[in-house]
Amino acid sequence: MRNRKSLIALALVAVIGVVATGSSSARTTSHRGGTLKLLANAAGGTLDPQVNYTLQYWQLYQATYDGLLAFQKAGGSAAFNVVPDLASSYKTTNGGKSWVFTLRKGIKFSNGRPVTANDVVASFRRIFKVKSPTAGGFYNGIVGASKCLKTPATCTLAGGISGKGNTVTINLTAPDAEFKYKLAVPHASILPASAPPNDAGSTPIPGTGAYYFSSYDSNKQLVMKRNPYFHVWSQLAQPDGYPDQITQSFGLTVEAQVTAVENGQADWGYDFPPADRLNELGTKYAAQTHLTPLTAFWYAPMNVNIPPFTSLKARQAVNYAIDRNALIKIFGGPKLATPSCQVLPPGFPGNKPYCPYTKNPGATWSAPDVAKAKQLVNASGQKGAKVVVISANDEVQKAVGVYLASVLNEIGFKATAKAISGNIAFTYPQNTKNHVQINVAAVVPGLPAASDFLHILFGCESFHPGSDSSINMAGFCNKPINAQMNAALKLENTNFPKANAMWAKIDRQVTDQAPMATMFTPKHLDFVSKRVGNFVFSKQFYWLVDQSWVQ
Amino acid sequence: MSGAIVDEVLAPAGGDLAIAAAGPWQLARRRLLRNRVALVMAGLLAVIVALCLGAPLYAHHIAHTDPFRSNLDGTTIANGKRVPVMVQSTQGLGLGVTPIGPTWDVHHYFLGADGQGRDVAARLLYGGRNSLLIGTSAALITCFLAVLVGVVAGFFGGLVDGILSRLLDVVWAFPVYLLAISLSTVLIARGFSLGPLHLTSGSLLLPITIIGLVYIPYVARPIRGEVLSLRRREFVEAAIGLGASNWRLLWSDILPNVVTTAIVLFPLMLAIDMLTEAALSFLSIGVQEPKASWGSIILDGQDLLYTRPAVALAPGIAIALTVLALNVLGDGIRDALDPRAKLRKTKDD
Repeated sequence: MRNRKSLIALALVAVIGVVATGSSSARTTSHRGGTLKLLANAAGGTLDPQVNYTLQYWQLYQATYDGLLAFQKAGGSAAFNVVPDLASSYKTTNGGKSWVFTLRKGIKFSNGRPVTANDVVASFRRIFKVKSPTAGGFYNGIVGASKCLKTPATCTLAGGISGKGNTVTINLTAPDAEFKYKLAVPHASILPASAPPNDAGSTPIPGTGAYYFSSYDSNKQLVMKRNPYFHVWSQLAQPDGYPDQITQSFGLTVEAQVTAVENGQADWGYDFPPADRLNELGTKYAAQTHLTPLTAFWYAPMNVNIPPFTSLKARQAVNYAIDRNALIKIFGGPKLATPSCQVLPPGFPGNKPYCPYTKNPGATWSAPDVAKAKQLVNASGQKGAKVVVISANDEVQKAVGVYLASVLNEIGFKATAKAISGNIAFTYPQNTKNHVQINVAAVVPGLPAASDFLHILFGCESFHPGSDSSINMAGFCNKPINAQMNAALKLENTNFPKANAMWAKIDRQVTDQAPMATMFTPKHLDFVSKRVGNFVFSKQFYWLVDQSWVQ
Repeated sequence: MSGAIVDEVLAPAGGDLAIAAAGPWQLARRRLLRNRVALVMAGLLAVIVALCLGAPLYAHHIAHTDPFRSNLDGTTIANGKRVPVMVQSTQGLGLGVTPIGPTWDVHHYFLGADGQGRDVAARLLYGGRNSLLIGTSAALITCFLAVLVGVVAGFFGGLVDGILSRLLDVVWAFPVYLLAISLSTVLIARGFSLGPLHLTSGSLLLPITIIGLVYIPYVARPIRGEVLSLRRREFVEAAIGLGASNWRLLWSDILPNVVTTAIVLFPLMLAIDMLTEAALSFLSIGVQEPKASWGSIILDGQDLLYTRPAVALAPGIAIALTVLALNVLGDGIRDALDPRAKLRKTKDD
């Protein structure tokens, strides 16, 4: 009896399984097809996946290129998981210094050529040859990388990477627990060995993803079509997409993008909708509007090497004076952002809520303390100092800059706000030659690791005076804190939870030293057309465009 | 005014002795006073200038507001009720914050608020002060330097004329807006230092200097041409024959005849300079926040066109009216000073 019941139960499970698989498969087939029409105000620059460093194209690379490893194509925090992609498996040896990958068989590029170990080796060399923006930051730990960084054209990564048959070995100079993340970003995409040894610009390079770039005119349109040689080898790493074609058209203003999506002429706009359309989107088009919290933060780096922010009290005064609730109104209101005082955003590894710069110091921000801020400015001896707040000239950043100037004037500085072109707004404040005192910046981590915020933004190693590539905009180099950062990085190799606890302490110390004024953690808003279904938002790479259907 | 051309037109065809006895400036004044359209525009301009000069009075004593301070959490009175200046949407997903619109109450956000919760009416008046100040100062710089360059080049001729004319050609060779934008982009970011002269990046002197300099060829060229023509006139040759010095020729015979051209061109240059300032500020390379100008307020309003069009429309209308008034007044002055060269001819002409 018991056996019979078990058999019936087993049969039922099997039937349900078959039906479920069948319906899922039917759903996949019935929604397959059509053209997903995306819009952007301007093109995102070079199409080369090892050079481009914009969210605009990183989002599209998810469906066009693969690395040895990949961030899981899933919604929410599952997107932070790293899974094997072109490699079927990998292991670390030599105390974490050697990474050995076994390549999958039967995978082809969109030009029909099979993927080989030779392509993998050439791709890693190419990272340095094309001077990828993260060559020095992410991949400098590979043996031979320092020589490649000095003479990119002749880079061989001798002793750093080798391929034989289906096996690829990467040797590091020291164990790196974050290396798996670094292998899963587009700069580590595996490209044909025949790819040009310089920035390919607007010429598409064949990839292995479900789609390939069929044409790119940076003044008009980018077109993605199905890769005829693609087959699903890992649903987690590179699932098949729904639309037959994905286009991104350039040139429309943000206002026009919103109108086009409302009218069903397009399916999505890359640029953040303008403030005067938000209410409309939240009321008339609520069902088409998707809000997702980001592990990112908006902050104002204060240059600790230029008065008045050489004074800790002056920096802390700015932190006390900022009314984060008011500031959030510029961003669209409390539904679109959350006040913040610290570096690591909520939900991020190492985050422990901490806010000393509020009326009632504790875990969260409650209200500004302008009186205390004025006291601190007086005590700093910097009252009346001239300050210029630099921001990009887009709507939100410019408004934040104007607000900061207003706050600085209120507490005793003489501040003006200056909006500069968005093209240079990221690099201009980085160069110490430009003498930027304070600026507005927003940071989205490339890797889901605390170090990507704390070590990259406030570590001594990220401060390069006189260079446009000095992401530590505050010029903050606190030797004791930096030593702790390096210790935490080492600890990640052996004990990740303990390392995160250490990062939490570092976060607190950096916040206390106030090389920046943290303002808020933003949410991302995606406004899609009525016909878009199956909206999946990856916390790592945002909306997975190919996982939505349009019919 | 001995020997000046204006003397030649004084003899009235109809034998009006009163007019014949009047001086050229008096005649010009009478002609201007008879031009009703020009007078209406002069009145309009005077009202705009008076309103702008009264900006602090309005902000501090009527609207009780600080137009340079963000007021995102502030409140005001509308229809007898206290309401937030920045209204948070509570419907649907609760997205977006909209500044309060015009209340038409001079004490409380008459023209509404901008994206920072600041009183648009107060900023409009303060912005007008800056726009007028920049326009007037730049036009003065242009006219003064253009007269200097034009007179020297035209009078001395030869190598001096060659050098000055080529310099003007170099400036002229650039599209004027492109030149102004290029200079502003560089100087607004870093400021300007030349010996003891140091202009900080937020200084109003920067747009004044840039705009004042880029238009010099546009005034200097016609003045140089006029001086070249005057140099060959009988009264000048007679003065030379009588042994008059260069200085006396310039001061007594040349300058009085070209200064009227500069006076005629001044209001027109003022209008052009105000438009250029508005364009530069709209591109974020003119007047810098928290200061305001009409161009920068239009930029602020651009982000609110859909919900609060008044923010952009008000300064737009102010610019249009001021430029219209200046152009018509400029024509009136030109007609008054040089009645033989009417721009807008009547049927009888």
